[in-house]
Amino acid sequence: MAKDWPLWEVFVRGAHGAGHRHVGSLHAPDAEMALKNARDVYTRRNEGVSIWVVPSAAITASAPGDKGPLFDPANSKVYRHPTFYDIPDDVGHM
Amino acid sequence: MAPLFELCLRMGDSTLILGQRLSEWCGHAPVLEEDIALANVALDLIGQTQMWLGLAGEVEGQGRDADALAFRRDAGAFRNLLLVERPNGDFGHTIMRQFLFDAWHLPMLRALAGSSEPRVAAIAQKAEREVAYHLERSAGLVIRLGDGTGESRARMQAALDALWPWAGEMFAGDGVDAALAAGEIAPDPARLRPAWDGTVDAVLAEATLARPAGSFFHRGGRAGRHTEHLGHLLAEMQFLQRAYPGAAW
Repeated sequence: MAKDWPLWEVFVRGAHGAGHRHVGSLHAPDAEMALKNARDVYTRRNEGVSIWVVPSAAITASAPGDKGPLFDPANSKVYRHPTFYDIPDDVGHM
Repeated sequence: MAPLFELCLRMGDSTLILGQRLSEWCGHAPVLEEDIALANVALDLIGQTQMWLGLAGEVEGQGRDADALAFRRDAGAFRNLLLVERPNGDFGHTIMRQFLFDAWHLPMLRALAGSSEPRVAAIAQKAEREVAYHLERSAGLVIRLGDGTGESRARMQAALDALWPWAGEMFAGDGVDAALAAGEIAPDPARLRPAWDGTVDAVLAEATLARPAGSFFHRGGRAGRHTEHLGHLLAEMQFLQRAYPGAAW
């Protein structure tokens, strides 16, 4: 049996936030205790109305070394941004 | 002494002493998450103490506020349950003490929320939500540690066996309780026993722990007769106000 508790990623939705935001990680023996620990560690100052916990091991992350191939090609594609349209004055701020 | 004053001391002293005991863990708990959680519970309890002892001073009417009652009374004037002055022991011991207390504290506050004394009802209603979480947390840990490894199970059973004789005091009423019950200010302590038994039995069963058979229990805390441990705790807790009376931020 593993001696250390598994790691969990914590997402909290604030009172005025539309979505859950990643706030950090913590250790807990299981999901239910992870929720309780998240409540104590990350919402002590009334930050949240909803908490998600996800086993850190369940997250598949892109490798920092792949940054170039993954993201650089988007740099030179200005036409992917909607900046070439004339917006009628009536529309106002978009 | 007026029964209402005694009730406020009994509630406020138990939350104060347990809050102080839990604070001893600050920076020492086995994992960071538990360290923060125990400190949160301690702060909840000390916040409740401010309300109970604040009301006690108001009822007494001799100009003593919550701080005066907390920091300038000797052990014999404290009315806390003996259970909460038990030393922390290991982490399992601390969690078991917390669970046995929480399982009583919640039904007690629920009963007090319907008190005929509106100031008591207001405090109880405010504290009840905090304590519902305390119980959820301590029960969850008792279950996981009891139904955990051989080592954790043995420690939890040892803690339960050691603390059991200190739990019965919660349900032993006296003349003050009879007066409070007659005025519908507070429940007869014995009335809380079925709720406590129900919670404790269900959690111990899930934790695979054996409920001790003994029915003997120590009593005296609620009448001001304490174990030697309270004096040591107060010496530390009250040091500053004793050495520098009236010192303020």
